[in-house]
Amino acid sequence: MSFYDDDLKDAPDRVDGRAKVMGKAKYIAEHKPAGMLYGYLVQSTIAKGTITAIDTAEAEKQPGVRLVVSHKNAPKLTIPERPVGARPFYPLMSADILFNAQPIAVVLADSFEEARYAASLVKITYSSSKADSDTRGMFEKALPEARVTPDRGKPLEVFATAEVKIEAEYTIPFEHHHPMELHATVAVWEGGKLTVYDKTQGTQGTAGYVAAAFGIDRTNVRVVAPFVGGAFGAALRPGPQLLIASMAAKLVGKPVKVVYSRRQLATAHGYRPASTQRIKLASDKQGKLSAIIHEAVHNTSSHEIFSEGLVGISRSLYACPNVKTSQTVARLDMQTPLWMRAPGAVSGAFALESALDELAYKLKIDPLELRIRNYAETDPESGKPFSSKELKECYRQGSEKFGWSKRKIEPRMMKDGRWLIGYGMATGTWFAGQSPASARVTFRANGTVLVESAATDIGPGTYTMGATIAAQGLGVPIERVTFALGDSELPPSPGQGGSTITSSVGTAIKEACEKLGTEFAAVDAKTDGSPFKDVAAADIVVENASIMVKGKPETKKSFADILTANNLPQLAVLHRSTVATAERSKYSIASHGAQFVEVAVDEEIGVARVRRVVQATAAGKIINPKGAHSQEIGGVVWGVGMALTEVTEVDDRYARIMNPNLAGYHVPVNADIPEIETIFVPEEDKIVNPLGAKGLGELGLVGIPAAIANAIFNATGKRLRDLPITPDKLIA
Amino acid sequence: MKPFAYKRAIDTADAVRLGAENGSSFIAGGTNIVDLMKEDIASPTTLVDISRLDLKTITSTANGGVSIGALAKNTDTANHQRIRTSYPLLTKAILAGASPQIRNMATNGGNLMQRPRCTYFYDVSMPCNKRVKGSGCAAINGLNKYSAIFGWSDSCVAVNPSDMSVALMALDAVVKVREASGKIRTIRFADFHRLPMNTPDIETSLKKGELIVAIELPVPRFATNYQYLKLRDRASYAFALVSIAAAFELKNGVISDARIALGGVAHKPWRAIEAEAFLKGKRPSDENFANAGELAIRGAKPLSGNAYKIKLARNGVKRALTDALNMGGTVAK
Repeated sequence: MSFYDDDLKDAPDRVDGRAKVMGKAKYIAEHKPAGMLYGYLVQSTIAKGTITAIDTAEAEKQPGVRLVVSHKNAPKLTIPERPVGARPFYPLMSADILFNAQPIAVVLADSFEEARYAASLVKITYSSSKADSDTRGMFEKALPEARVTPDRGKPLEVFATAEVKIEAEYTIPFEHHHPMELHATVAVWEGGKLTVYDKTQGTQGTAGYVAAAFGIDRTNVRVVAPFVGGAFGAALRPGPQLLIASMAAKLVGKPVKVVYSRRQLATAHGYRPASTQRIKLASDKQGKLSAIIHEAVHNTSSHEIFSEGLVGISRSLYACPNVKTSQTVARLDMQTPLWMRAPGAVSGAFALESALDELAYKLKIDPLELRIRNYAETDPESGKPFSSKELKECYRQGSEKFGWSKRKIEPRMMKDGRWLIGYGMATGTWFAGQSPASARVTFRANGTVLVESAATDIGPGTYTMGATIAAQGLGVPIERVTFALGDSELPPSPGQGGSTITSSVGTAIKEACEKLGTEFAAVDAKTDGSPFKDVAAADIVVENASIMVKGKPETKKSFADILTANNLPQLAVLHRSTVATAERSKYSIASHGAQFVEVAVDEEIGVARVRRVVQATAAGKIINPKGAHSQEIGGVVWGVGMALTEVTEVDDRYARIMNPNLAGYHVPVNADIPEIETIFVPEEDKIVNPLGAKGLGELGLVGIPAAIANAIFNATGKRLRDLPITPDKLIA
Repeated sequence: MKPFAYKRAIDTADAVRLGAENGSSFIAGGTNIVDLMKEDIASPTTLVDISRLDLKTITSTANGGVSIGALAKNTDTANHQRIRTSYPLLTKAILAGASPQIRNMATNGGNLMQRPRCTYFYDVSMPCNKRVKGSGCAAINGLNKYSAIFGWSDSCVAVNPSDMSVALMALDAVVKVREASGKIRTIRFADFHRLPMNTPDIETSLKKGELIVAIELPVPRFATNYQYLKLRDRASYAFALVSIAAAFELKNGVISDARIALGGVAHKPWRAIEAEAFLKGKRPSDENFANAGELAIRGAKPLSGNAYKIKLARNGVKRALTDALNMGGTVAK
């Protein structure tokens, strides 16, 4: 019996769960069109320079090998114009090496084994120059700030004369997503048409990208990704294998599959950039914040500017009249970074929420109380009201469930045998975005419903979300609903990033269901004696796969009867939902949460364990309760990794990632994960979107690393500002 | 991975014959050799499958000890009644390693033969004397958080990754090896693994083609006060930063004999002989255990990134001895 049983007893199960555990959900690398060749990548072993020679003779001699494709023979792609200074990486287009383990050739063979072996025989000669991957001193080598944000008030003056102040520097290393599913593409050309099965978080963005590269019409490209085995941002940009497989397939005139190996994967996509942040906080003696100064730098690549917002959280999370933020990037000779779950926010929150904790100790005020004293009732940056914000209730429910009141403020006061016990907390927030999206909903005479959207389901439960909304919207059992997704030829959807698919695609499905009701009324209205003649759409009620005129249950007619009466096999509606931008812009719109963590630290041997987490979340209406809890639990697990175990290690002499596998890159294992309780605080929001739902995939992670580091301080009195907090740092 | 031939040995004589051929390599559980082949670190031209040989039993020896078949699985060994009751330190060490799935596949002989996990050894684009003689050691001035603090040389700073071997070292095991001639040779466990010296590619004292047939343990001892403490970057499924096998025997409240071996600190399991000698005749106490910890790290030489291991080893020895005294005190959870 767990604390979830009551909440979730009536919630739908994951609709794709059975297919997944039965091995029937087909992931990208499992597609095998007739005649397919296997491509194996060759990656560079230097980080910067040029290829002076590629010797493929030995590789090409091997049995089964059909072709080696490199910049020497790859078809020239059209690289779109980009702003000055941005040279997005297009694989096999030149001899230039921009980062270590860059893909530089692909060997095509009849079998995977033949391709892999031959790939090891390709000899590359380079002209190499010194590469820089050093994340120390990034402030010193940073580019000028691209967009200076004006100060709020007079932060520098106020800080200089403040009664109470702290300042500190926080660092976060490179981190990688390491999704279960590897980046993979199966490319099939049929005449001038290209079909790609591709690991992606956005089928249509990917279709546009590959069409532009090959200079073909967008309608000649189809991108299929019915199941995505985890992505977390790693597939928000097309991976190099997409173009490599497509080019190779074109050259050999056969379908080609290219799959990154686990060891190769770390450069198939970007990563959470390494960052350094300096924070200064000032307050009065009661803890009322008077100044926040938050400066951040993170790395980008030599060939592109990638920037994610670390400091925005310092402008919006707490009421403070004087705020200065600045953020810049430093070039390193690495693959370009990429969004990784809660990009920017979790890094910024680690700094801000650790600094708040440091201030609380300086003031001798409970950290939760300090946050409540600085609670922002309206958005401190814009002055706008929040569309909804139940953060105070998150603090209340979360702290109560956790037993926060039992916390001893002084470090080293709570013990359990050898273990020092510490409680820590933090706050999380995430902008609740929405994009226009389309959905087609079809009701068939046999009583089943088909929902269609180009959206992907990278694992959070998009299939279940869509099926749930359609089931509720039409009043049919969820078992009768099928959600077809992951295909660029289905109705338009934004890419799956920023926790916005439910609010975007979910809204389109909800509205399509409503529209389907009015369509049924319109069909019926054409028949004699129909009660739906001249009835306004707003007065048509849809329930139990039927329509009726509002307040007149005797007018009820089932969809099935209407279809039969009109001799129709089905009725479909294609609907595009728009965003109520004007209304939304009057508000500040975000989801919020509070995280409470208990850690146990065995100082003598450098061991820290998270023992308990309570996470209270306010994210509007919860559409798919099991999926939503699962997302929040997953966010906590991610945060445990970020706080305690995860780091991509780079040897700066070679600018090369040295732990590109799951043995060396330590994601938490089951034994690292304690009891996690997630609570959804009721929150009504009529502004955010017609569903009243906010995204929560990123949110669940935002406060966790800081909460853990704060708990470790409460346990030990040791403030650790450099992630991850591994035994070597704890014992130092 | 390079193409290779596969041969199945029908008996141990056949195995040593095939194993002596140029370019051949044994495969049993395959939990390490297959990885190494996939990464192009090992490229045998012939894999000699020894997994079906009759070397899987765990039996009593004439002198009251136990003989553990080289091809018994790690899981079966750890859970064998005789091992659990008479050599629980070994059980504990085996179960601290890898994952249940890997332990179900891995054999005891293979466990002893597993190669270091140094990240430079595993990346064929990097210099590594172990892989390519004379190419240099990239770890010595590179990422060496996981490298050795004892017994390393300028040519190699890698550590032996086995947990099982640390316990075998503490328990004075011997390794029974079948030579090409058919003769069975006995190697003291302390002599089985080698320090890197100038030949880091040679990790054990086995000669080409020789086959481990069994591991023997002497008459059961140290089954009352023992601990295997593994300190690592996450709670499970990670190689040791430092691990400690500690055990002692008490007579009238005095330590009559003690064993301390460390893992994760050297190219072979590292016996803390001085610390053991110090404890002999002492009463178990915090102070004596702390002194044993200090003695265990005597002579340690840190690299740029692993000085923390010295502190971890020192405190870990003290902790493991304390746990051994209390029996049941564990670090996990």
